[in-house]
Formats: sequence, structure tokens, C-alpha cells
Amino acid sequence: MQRSEVKRENPLARLGFAIVALFMTVVGWIVEPLQRVIGVRRMPWVFLLPNLAIFGTFILLPMALNFYFAFTGGTELYPQDRPFVGTANFEQLYTCEDYLDVTTCREDRFWRALSNSGLFVFANVGAIVLLSLVTSLVLNANIRFRGFFRSVYFYPVLLSPVVVALVWKWILQRNGLINGWLVNLGLEPIVFLLNADWSMFWVITVTVWANMGFYTLILLAGLQAIPKELYDAGQIDGTGPLQSFRHITLPLLMPNVIVVLVLALIRAVQMFDEVYVLTGGGPGTATLLLVQYIFDVGFAGQVKRFGLAAAASVTLGTILLIATLVQLRVGRGSESHLA
Amino acid sequence: MRSLGTLFKLRRGRKGRVHVTDVLAYLYLAAGVIVMFGPVLWLVASSFKTPAGLLEFPPTFLPYSQSETLVEGYDDPLPLFDVTFEDGTVQRLAQVRRIGIQATMVDPNDPGETIGVNIDQRESVREIRFAWNNYIDPLQRFNFVTYLRNSVVVTVTATLITLLVNSMAAFGLSKYKFRGRNAVFLVIIGTLMIPISVILVPIYLVITEVGWINNLWGVIIPGAATPTGVFLLRQYMLTIPDQLLDAGRIDGASEWRIYWQIVLPLAAPAMAVLAIFSVMWRWNDFLWPLIVLTRSELFTLQVGLNAFQGELNVQWHYVLAMTVLTLLPVTLVFAFLQRFITTGIASSGVKQ
Repeated sequence: MQRSEVKRENPLARLGFAIVALFMTVVGWIVEPLQRVIGVRRMPWVFLLPNLAIFGTFILLPMALNFYFAFTGGTELYPQDRPFVGTANFEQLYTCEDYLDVTTCREDRFWRALSNSGLFVFANVGAIVLLSLVTSLVLNANIRFRGFFRSVYFYPVLLSPVVVALVWKWILQRNGLINGWLVNLGLEPIVFLLNADWSMFWVITVTVWANMGFYTLILLAGLQAIPKELYDAGQIDGTGPLQSFRHITLPLLMPNVIVVLVLALIRAVQMFDEVYVLTGGGPGTATLLLVQYIFDVGFAGQVKRFGLAAAASVTLGTILLIATLVQLRVGRGSESHLA
Repeated sequence: MRSLGTLFKLRRGRKGRVHVTDVLAYLYLAAGVIVMFGPVLWLVASSFKTPAGLLEFPPTFLPYSQSETLVEGYDDPLPLFDVTFEDGTVQRLAQVRRIGIQATMVDPNDPGETIGVNIDQRESVREIRFAWNNYIDPLQRFNFVTYLRNSVVVTVTATLITLLVNSMAAFGLSKYKFRGRNAVFLVIIGTLMIPISVILVPIYLVITEVGWINNLWGVIIPGAATPTGVFLLRQYMLTIPDQLLDAGRIDGASEWRIYWQIVLPLAAPAMAVLAIFSVMWRWNDFLWPLIVLTRSELFTLQVGLNAFQGELNVQWHYVLAMTVLTLLPVTLVFAFLQRFITTGIASSGVKQ
């Protein structure tokens, strides 16, 4: 409340409000006569129209087209120029001579991307849930400067993926900070991002670093919503700190933990930007993730295999759909899956 | 003095001795400050180093470099060294040339005569010097002002459109009962988890058809009808009592006026949260602009920075400086609005 009062006194904010009011009034000159013509009962469709127009054109239509692309071949972009090939793209993606050996697959890069994404999602989500839980618990303790520390953990969230990747590329390079420490300890320097054993570790670390602050905030908000009286009551009954964590904090925080789990999971499955700039999927295919595979096949290469990219997208979409369904099942009873 | 006392008291409020868990908490938080800010600070400090300074290994935090001085009779500035002579005296000399382990030195105050020195006897004089050229030279190729303008245009326009379009849809879905309402809502929610990256190829086709390749509208519009935004605002608007709307209708207000003069101001907290999200999404957007924009005068900061680091892979001194420029606007905005941003986002994660 107080904030909006402050806003109104600010001349710049007042100018903003005046512009909004002017704009809304002008739009009203079109919408209000329309209401008289079509009647109040049809007005909700007028309000939905702009959103549905954009949504239909740029999300629903492309989703339908994507299925068509997945069943056509060639390198032409326009659907009418593309020959129908049935399930050939999916066969190309899924055919392996020996499913235990990735190198025998026709699209071995797809399978590597799939298994890399699996490992990445598991490690990234696990680390994010654990670290943001610990951090939010510490921030919720009886400490000073909570606002400052909260912002510290949130700061990397605001940095763009390209900046995040370059910050770490610089630290991890041959003459970088980490290698400086290694040499001081008498160890050999490692070119981390060109080393197949290390690149995935750093990709996971960097993406956790860049994103955990967001999830920490969600958990902290959940912790602060737990009534203090519960802990006081627990203390009267003689519960120790560990017991009150297990029996009060954890159950009441569970809805927020599930929110974090699901959001982090979906984000991890979609991961592209940071990894693309940090390693470009390399060395070799060591950090190639699913979305980058789609990007490489459909856009980056000389030969643009749109059909194959679309088929891989359908696969990724199916994975996300399953993740969503699992969320609906697990998160039933908690309606807080916002953000 | 009392305020100073409370500053040093680690626990807030309640009286009590400092417990071991408090110490651990502060250690954890201190480590957090280093881990979260450290990498960025390291980058900022490195961006002021000269190319030679960047090659030094192991690296230093501050931009130290070899001191140089102009000596009469020599065209180029000469590097300075502290030389220890056999008798233990130390003299500051400038090096003319070095062959093997033998260096030829000259006293800057007496440039006439040269002195032969074993290189074990000399130690380089170092000073902190900021290489501002890192920031000035690359601006011709890294068109910061253009990229910044494009990023600001995209972020501001897209956020305004997102707020308008999503709040209208949320109003329609939350304040009216009509046939097909649930179907529309389900379709929108059904795509909540589908990112643009999953339908890259067909969106690219649609954008090509519309003629928005290499057009900022092609970046702005596709993401404007966010399911997240509709959902967030609808949930908030459901809590606004319908009686308020009916009161407006009795006073003869049109549905449009009810939307923007009654519901929209009441939904301001949710609108603020969506605005924060939208600004974050748009400012950091990378994959989609990378595909839509191929002409460099249309690049956003993220795409421009990526292209710049790609073509100048080895010239780290330029890449670092331009990275600092790119992260500067966000850091400034965050410094002023951090409380607003963090509480806003925190409030979106809990039950409304």
C-alpha cells in the first residue's frame, strides 16, 4: 500500500499513469461502441482476442506444424515443398543396431544428447534443490542483514546466460584463476572446458550457480510463511531443533520444495544458452544437450534437417509432457505451482 | 552508540549468547558472498588488464603491469627493474635489451652509460594500471550503444505488450462465465511447460511468412502471450470480489472501463511480478533472437556479445571489457530495485 502512495507522488510515475490512462481511453473509443453492438455476453471474447491471436499464431499453429514437419523430409522450409516421409525421421532418430552401444545408432549425437541431458537434469536439479534448501534455511535463521544476503544469492539469476558463460569461461581457461590455485598447490593445470572428464562437471556447476538464487527465494518465502507459534508450541513440548525440522519445517515446506523441483526440472530439460556459450556442446559431444541437438540439426549446420529437428522436438515435448503429468500427480493438493 | 552496539550483535531481536550454529550460518553466508560475487568481481578486475597482464600466470586479482619509463635517447618506453648489486645496494634501472641471461640496463637519470646486469639480479617493478583501452578500442566492432538500444526496445515493448495482452485475457477468464471458458483456459495451461525451443522450426517458418526475420517484432511478439502470465494474473484476479465490478456496472461503466479502472489497479501486485519476470526473460533471451536476427545492427546485447566473443576468441581483453559493459545495466538496476525484485518474486512462489 505504502509503495503505491509513494509512486503517485513521483512525477515520473504520474506521467506514466497519465499515458496509460490516455492509451486506455483511446482504446475504449473502439471497444465501448463494440460492446453496444455485440452485447456484454460476448465481451469476454474481445478481451481474449489479442492474447489468443498471438498464442494461436505463434504457439498453437507452430505446435501443429511441428507434427507435420516431423513426418516430412528434405531441406525446404515451406511445408508444401516438403515430401511426406512417414516415420522415417523417427526411425532415423531411434534406430540403433545395439541399444547398449551409442556408437551403433544412426543418430549417435541424438542419443548422446539424450543421455547427457539425463545426467545433467539429475545432477543439476539435485544440486539446486539441496543447495537452495540449505541456503534458505540459513537465511531464515535469526541473522542480521537478511535482505543483503538474499540479494547476494539472487544476483547471478539476473545475469544473462551469455555473461554467465563468459564469466566462467574466463575463470576456467588455461591461465585462469582455478588453474592458478592448482599450480600453487603443485598440481598440473587442466583445460577444464576442453577436457571431456571435466566439462560436464563445470556445466552443471555453472548452471547451478546461475539459477539457485531464484529457487532459494521461493523456499525462503515458504519458510517465512510457517507460523512461529508452531515452533514455540514445539519448544514447550520439548522438541529439539532436528525434530522440529523434520516434523514442522519439512512437511509445511513440502509444497514449495515440489514447486522448486518441478520448475528446476523443466528448466534443466530445456537448458541451452549457458552451455552453448560455455562449451558449445563440446569437447566432442561431452556436454551436448537435447535443445542444442535440435538447434544444431535444424539451424546451425550447412544442411538444415528440419524434419529431424522437429522429430527430436516432439521427443522433447513428450518428455516435458510426462514431467508435467508427474507434477500434477505429485503436486495435487498444492496449488502453488506459479512462476 | 546504541545503534553501533546492535550492529555488532549478531542475532537480531532476542537476547542471547552467540551459538555455534550462528557462527556456521555466517561462515556459510560469507562463503556465499565470495562464491556468488567473486567470479563477477574477478571478471571486472581482469577487464582492466593489458593483454600482457592477462597472459601472466598464476594470475593476480588487481591489474598489475610492468612499470615503464621514457628514457632520453630511446624511442619506446623501457621496462623498469630493481637491480641488486653485489655490494647489496639496490638501484632502479630501465632495461634496454636482454640477451640470454644478460640484460643491458640504463640509469634513467644518467642515460649516457649502459650497465650489464645478470637477470637473476633484477626484479621487475610493477604498478597498478588500468587498461582503459580495452573499453575504448572494440566499440567500433562491438556496437554497444546499438545493441543496448535494441535490448531496451525489445524488453520495454515486449513487457508492455505482455502486461496488456495477458491482463486482458486474465480478466476475460476470471470475471466472466461463458461457454468455452474452461476449454480456453485448459489449452493455455496445457502449453505452460512447452518452451519456444521445442517448436523452433515451425515458429521460424511462421515468422518467415509474416516477414519478421531480421525485425525486432519477430523477437517481441511470439513470446508476448505467455501462459505463465495469464495464469499468474488470473489466479490473482479471482480474489478480487465481483461485487466491485457490479457496483461499477450499476454506475454505468462499460466493461472496458471496469477492466482498466477497477480490476487493473487492484491487480497491481501481480502485474508488478509479471513485469519483473517479463523484463528478466526478455533481457536475457538468447536462443530465439539468435535465430531471428542475423544483421548485426539489429543484435540485442546477448546476441551481440556472443558474436563478438565468437569472432575474437583469443582477444580476451576486449571480450572481458565488453562483458562488463553488458552486465553493467542489470547490476545497476538490481542495486536500486533489489528489495522490490526479491520480495516480488518470493511472493509469486507461495499461495496467493
